[in-house]
Amino acid sequence: MAIIKIKKLEKIYNPKRIPVKALNGIDLSFEEGEFTALVAPSGAGKTTFLNMLGGLDEPTNGTIEINGVRIDNLSASEKTKFRLRNIGFVFQAYNLIPVLTAAENIEFIMELQGVSKKERAKRSMELLEAVGIPDKANIRPMQLSGGQQQRVAVARALASKPKFVLADEPTANLDSKSTENLLDIMLQLNKKENITFIFATHDARVVKKARRVITFEDGKVIKDENFE
Amino acid sequence: MFDNIQEIFSTLKQNKLRAIMTGFSVAWGIFMLILLLGSGNGLQNGMENNFKGSSKNALWIWSRRTQVAYDGLKAGRRIQFNNQDVTALDRKFSDDFDDITGRYSIGGEASFTYDNEYGTFRVEGVNPTFKKISIMNHTDGRFINDLDIQEYRKVVVISDPVEKALFKDSTSIGHYVKINKVPFLVVGTYEDLENKERKKAYIPLSTSQRVFNGNNKLSEIAIATNALTVEENKKIEENVRLLLAERHKVSPDDKQALGVWNTLEHFKQSQGIFAGIRIFIWVIGVMTIIAGIVGVSNIMIILVKERTKEIGVRKAIGATPLSVIRLVLSESIFITAFSGFFGLVAGMGLLSIVSMALEQAGSQVERAFWNPSADLGVALWALAILIIAGLIAGYVPARKASAIRPIEALHDD
Repeated sequence: MAIIKIKKLEKIYNPKRIPVKALNGIDLSFEEGEFTALVAPSGAGKTTFLNMLGGLDEPTNGTIEINGVRIDNLSASEKTKFRLRNIGFVFQAYNLIPVLTAAENIEFIMELQGVSKKERAKRSMELLEAVGIPDKANIRPMQLSGGQQQRVAVARALASKPKFVLADEPTANLDSKSTENLLDIMLQLNKKENITFIFATHDARVVKKARRVITFEDGKVIKDENFE
Repeated sequence: MFDNIQEIFSTLKQNKLRAIMTGFSVAWGIFMLILLLGSGNGLQNGMENNFKGSSKNALWIWSRRTQVAYDGLKAGRRIQFNNQDVTALDRKFSDDFDDITGRYSIGGEASFTYDNEYGTFRVEGVNPTFKKISIMNHTDGRFINDLDIQEYRKVVVISDPVEKALFKDSTSIGHYVKINKVPFLVVGTYEDLENKERKKAYIPLSTSQRVFNGNNKLSEIAIATNALTVEENKKIEENVRLLLAERHKVSPDDKQALGVWNTLEHFKQSQGIFAGIRIFIWVIGVMTIIAGIVGVSNIMIILVKERTKEIGVRKAIGATPLSVIRLVLSESIFITAFSGFFGLVAGMGLLSIVSMALEQAGSQVERAFWNPSADLGVALWALAILIIAGLIAGYVPARKASAIRPIEALHDD
């Protein structure tokens, strides 16, 4: 049964001046526990789609229903709460908070959820171990390599025990070895915790591991392949 | 809480110089406020010191030369008070007076000798009631009493510095000192509240007039009135002036012939002036703090601008606008409270040092400027102002930060 239902999704930038149609009538649905790659050339609408799905941006038309909740109808603060409880983000540029250490970055989202300090510390260490960098707990992002930062970003995305992880080009700045390691970690978490992963990527290595690949072009879905 | 402070430190460490300069502006504001308030207190304490040695509603009257010809007498005539003036005043205005006494000053300074020690000090003849008008602190023995007056006793009450000069560290009570070669028994010592270093001695008025050729002459008349207001005291002053003018054939319009120091009037005037100074000091101090607040606010706006992306990320992963406001406000309050506390401590510290230095410097400075302290109440006020200042300084930037849209912030590279 689909837990994400998207109908006739449209996003038009600058509607009053020079309209740019980033998404053009997307109809998609996702099952729980999917490991899906959205593939497209740059500017085809992948990031816009993920932003809509995560409630970071509002669609011009269409509906997005996640777990029975119409997130396109939620207010800004309701979306924030929804994200906090349901969605983990992995950004292309890592977007770690520079003034916090790796462990603090992971704990931050749990602090917002009201998790106790002891529990936060325990879980952040578990996640750092899961992504293979337990020794970097007290290091600030600036002192970590790109791969290490992305691992922290993945750990942070999982810290809130989300139902979905939306990852925008998570391997774009990583070398082959780091990419392999990161994908293995995410696949393990996907299988073990049944977390739904949706990637926007052009990285063939990610596509190879995905069980479903959706191809975008000019804001439309042109191919939807399932490899299970 | 501890985590938050660590995070704030971490943020501030990113731009140490800016954080230091911002903190300095607040610290300077509080430092100046404390210094100004302390200085105001110092001036006021100095002023109050000048009134400490006298009853607050006293009239001190001395005679001078007439400026106006009157009743067939030429101008320029020297007026001389006498014991009958005091009796006449007391008889006529006893309802208005708490105490009245004459005072006879031996011309210039008298020579004092004890054993091999020698010194020249002022000597005044007074009645027992004098100590109620000119307030003094008895350190040993007693003051002049009625028997001393009646029996023309040769007794003397000396100030602590006189005792120190003649007797060094031993006690003077019960010993004879020679004043202009006449032996006087020391019966008491006192501390001059107006000027602790003043070297002076009091002997019975009757004795002073008899031994030092005073006849019944008085140098000054001191009156403690029962007036409660400046107006009442002025009225009594005027009545006293008119009676004395009549007794000495002085024109009622000749204001120069009689000198009058109305302590209540001057005390109230000084209080009025210091109330004005205090308001002025608060205005200047608060203005300086406002300048600091504006500085902190500007810096916080810049910080928010620089951290737009970070704040956007925080909001993207679930931080509520309220938590963002709390983040910015806590930083702002931290900067103002932390640096303001330094300013507060520095200001209080400097005032303590100045106060100690003044105490050591002694009498001359003491009279104009004394104990320039800002009390605990002021310090607590200043701390409250700091926290409010931090809130005000952080409010605009915090609102700006909370309004950041995550999607726009994430695009802000």
